[in-house]
Parts: sequence; structure tokens; C-alpha cells
Amino acid sequence: MTVTAHTGAALALGDDALVLSHRLGEWAGHAPVLEEEVALANIALDLLGQARVLLSMAGDEDELAYLREERAFRNLQLVEQPGGDFAHTIARQLYFSTYQRLLYTQLAAQEGAFAGLAAKAVKEVAYHQDHAEQWTLRLGDGTAQSHERMRRACEALWRFTGEMFQPIEGVEVDWAGLQTAWLESVSDTLRRATLEVPEGPRSGAWAAGAGRQGLHTEPFGRMLAEMQHLHRSHPGASW
Amino acid sequence: MAPAAAHRTASVDGAVPEADTAVYEAVFNAAVAADERIEPRDWMPDAYRSTLVRQIAQHAHSEIIGMQPEANWISRAPSLRRKAILMAKVQDEAGHGLYLYSAVETLGVSREELLDKLHTGRQKYSSIFNYPTLTWADVGAIGWLVDGAAITNQVPLCRCSYGPYARAMVRVCKEESFHQRQGYELLLALSQGTPEQHAMAQDAVDRWWWPSLMMFGPPDDESAHSAQSMAWKIKRHSNDELRQRFIDICVPQAKSLNLTLPDPDLRWNEERGHYDFGPIDWAEFREVIKGNGPCNEQRISQRRKAHDEGAWVREAAAAYAAKHNGATGAAVEPSADTADMNGKA
Repeated sequence: MTVTAHTGAALALGDDALVLSHRLGEWAGHAPVLEEEVALANIALDLLGQARVLLSMAGDEDELAYLREERAFRNLQLVEQPGGDFAHTIARQLYFSTYQRLLYTQLAAQEGAFAGLAAKAVKEVAYHQDHAEQWTLRLGDGTAQSHERMRRACEALWRFTGEMFQPIEGVEVDWAGLQTAWLESVSDTLRRATLEVPEGPRSGAWAAGAGRQGLHTEPFGRMLAEMQHLHRSHPGASW
Repeated sequence: MAPAAAHRTASVDGAVPEADTAVYEAVFNAAVAADERIEPRDWMPDAYRSTLVRQIAQHAHSEIIGMQPEANWISRAPSLRRKAILMAKVQDEAGHGLYLYSAVETLGVSREELLDKLHTGRQKYSSIFNYPTLTWADVGAIGWLVDGAAITNQVPLCRCSYGPYARAMVRVCKEESFHQRQGYELLLALSQGTPEQHAMAQDAVDRWWWPSLMMFGPPDDESAHSAQSMAWKIKRHSNDELRQRFIDICVPQAKSLNLTLPDPDLRWNEERGHYDFGPIDWAEFREVIKGNGPCNEQRISQRRKAHDEGAWVREAAAAYAAKHNGATGAAVEPSADTADMNGKA
């Protein structure tokens, strides 16, 4: 496959959605309350739908999902982080859904190749963001224990948030503006949740743009091994 | 007022003078005989109430535990289309659990206490979910056979005498029949695929066939609750009748899937107009029901773990709600209307 700016951008956005969908799918049967089984699966399904459209822009969705190795994936390191506790999942959702909504809002307003997908997806991700914000408030401003867990989760994932604003070739948006709006939105939610905005760096030497270049964190390879093993065990089979 | 509708005037809470119970019972029986729906505020015999609580709760538990064997394959689904179908199905099951817990709560019990009974083994769930999903084809076999058996059981429940249960079943059955077709289609793709895929499909059907037949419950002469449930029109058909119906449907479907069913005694009986079939291993069934099936321990442990590890999340939501009640405008106190409906105002 030749990676043009267009296919490269479709892969970056598609891989984000694919990988986060997979991580959310891991919650099935493990959620803290039945309503969250429904909500997390719902969000995972929306993301998988987005991934399928985006990967299909770049080639065959199944070949791209199941036959690429770790170094060829272009998703953010943020979305590949293992679920951890519910607070980690919510922090990951807060950071990513805010990013996705701002990004897709810009893309939907343009005439580019991603406008159609973005126009549909922006409605979904607005719902995802609302879900994440509502839980951030409840965990942050709930009990002492939930506050502490949410604080830790927000800090642990903070280091992965800088890479979101490394420009993607082929995606013409105002990246600096995106970052400012993201920081404002997330900071506001954290403050309302009685949480402090984490102080650590958001763009360390390793994290900045690394996922977009195929440099991932260790748990990602194991995630792919699980995701791909059946498909790879039956080369050429259809399902 | 027509006599059959007179039960609507009865009050609940057991606040009925003893002498009147016989009258209420006669009215209840007349309503059931006239195929009227019993609704939450109607008087009903205690045993009817407790039978329904048991049955609906265990139905709800089955939806929740039933997520596990299928969720086991979400992360390994072999194509994105199949993965989306499977995630949607598991999500539907959580939704069915929610409908059913709502239905059972109309009988005066809470979801929390029922979940506690599930977690402590005082209420059961369908025996079928104590079998493991060992290959991808099991996802198809569950859709075709397990959901197929469930539908055969549940379609008559859409006419069950208890209104909230019957209405929940209408919604559940629509989605279940969709799942069943998807399972069939998954198996068909495998059956028509490579020799390895065909073998995988056959192996799954071999393992799921007999446990699916057990889903209809013990034979009629050993079924403790059947007679009373049929008299109350909670059940409409006997276990054996439904089992036979299911087998008669499956045999031609297996043929069109180009798969065999693992029963050497399975053959058409012209005289009966049904398929004859071999003996079911009821000893195995009893072991699974008692907790000694392949996955009983694993299923209930995972459920408990999810619940226990989620406790802090539920506590956080409750604490937040208590703090922000006024600010968000959410009502906690029942309105005057609700209080009236409870008959306690």
C-alpha cells in the first residue's frame, strides 16, 4: 500500500477509532453497573463504525486492521493505553472525545475528504464527550476514594495528550487553535469536578507524535496479538 | 364493570381483609381465564407474585451472565463487521437485562437485592451459560441454537398473563430473532468457507446441541413449577412441547447449513409428525444446575468481581447525586402523583 497524505490521514484517524473501540470492548461483562455496559459498548460501536469508514478510505478495512504489524499503526498512544480502572477509562475518554469533537467539528465545516464522515461522527462524539464529562464530575466530586482515583488517572494519562496536536499530514485544521480549545474545555471540566489540571509535561520527547509515526507503548503489541490472531490463523478465509 | 376487569379495583400491599381474599382470588382467576393482563397494582396471589419474581429475575440474570461467553470473543472477532455485530449483540443483552429488572421491580423487589441473590447463588441463571466458548464458531452456534431455543421459549411469554413481563418479552424477542439470524449467517459463512472453518462450525454445533435442548428445562413429569405456571398462564406450553418444536425447526436448518446434529437417533416420525430424538443426559443437566458445570465458578466470580470492583463507582455516583441534587434540579422525592399511585398517600 502506498501511503499518500490522504490514506495516511485516514489511517491515523481510523486507527484512533479502531484501537479505542477495541479497548472499550474489553469492558463488556466487566462494567461497574449495567447501564455502563450499555454505554461503553455503545461508544465502542460508534468508534468501530467510524474506523470502518476511515480504514475503507485507505484500503480494505480487514487487511488494514488485521494484517498490519504494530509499527504500521498510526493511532495515538493515548487510545492504546489499557483500561485500568474505571477512572482511567473515563480520563482516556475525556481527553480523546474532547479532541475528537473539536477536530471533527472543524473537519465537518470544510469541504475536504473527511467532511462527510466528520459530519456524522461529530454527533456521536458530542455524546461521548458528554458521557465522559458527566462521569468525570461524578468521580472527581463523588467520594474521597473516587476523587483520588480520578486524580491519579488524569495525571497518568496527561503525558499522552500532547501528541494529539501534532499536525497530521492531509488534515487541514487549525492545530494550535484545537489545542487551545481542548485545554480550555478539559480544564473547565476538571475544575468543575474539583480536580486540578495536571502539571506534568504533555509532550515529552517520546510521546510527542510518536504514535502517529508507528512508535507505540508496550501493551499495544499484546493487544494486536489478541485482536489479530484468529484472522491471521486462517489466511485468505472470509468470515 | 365487567367481572373480569374488577381485579383492577383491588389494592396491593396485602392490605386485604382476610375474608375478602377469596373474593379477590376469584376475580384474579376470572381475569386470567379471560386472558386479561395482570398489572402491577392489581391484587395477585402471593405465590403468583413469587413465581414471577423468581422467573423474571432469573431471566434477567441469564441476560447478564449470558454476556460473558460471547464477550469472550469480542477482542478476537475475525473481521470488523463481525466484531460490530457481536458488540451490538452483547449490548442488546445488557439492555434486555435492564428491561427485565424493570419488569421484576414492578412486583416490589429491587434490582440490588436480586443481584445480591445472583451473586450469592440464591437465584439461578440459565444453565447454558455455564458452557465455554472455545472457538469463534461458538459465537455462531450460540446465536443459532441458544438464541433459537430462547426465542422458542420466549415468544409464548409475549402472551404471558403478567403485563410488564409480556411487554418486555415483545421487545426482547424482536432483538433475539435478529441475533438468531446473525448466528445462523455466521455459521453459514464458516460452513461454506475453508475445510478448517467448516470443521470449526461442526465442532461448535456438536458441543452446543445438547446443552441447547436442556434450556427447555426438565421433562414435563419432573418439572416442579409447570402445572401451576400453566394454570396462571405464565407458561403457555410445556417444556417437552417447546423442546420438540425447537428440534423440528432445527433439523432442516442444520441441513441447509450443511452441518449435522450430534444425535444418531434423530429421525422423522411420520406417525407423530415430529422428529424423534435420543435421550438427554439429565444427570449432566442436574450437575450444571447444582453449580458443577464447566464455567459456573468462573461466570459467577467474574460477575461478583465486576460488581465489587464497581462499588466505588456506584458510591461516587450516589455521593455526587446527594451533593448536587438541588443544583441539577433532579427530583428525588416522589411527586404527589407517584405517591398516590403507590396507594400510600
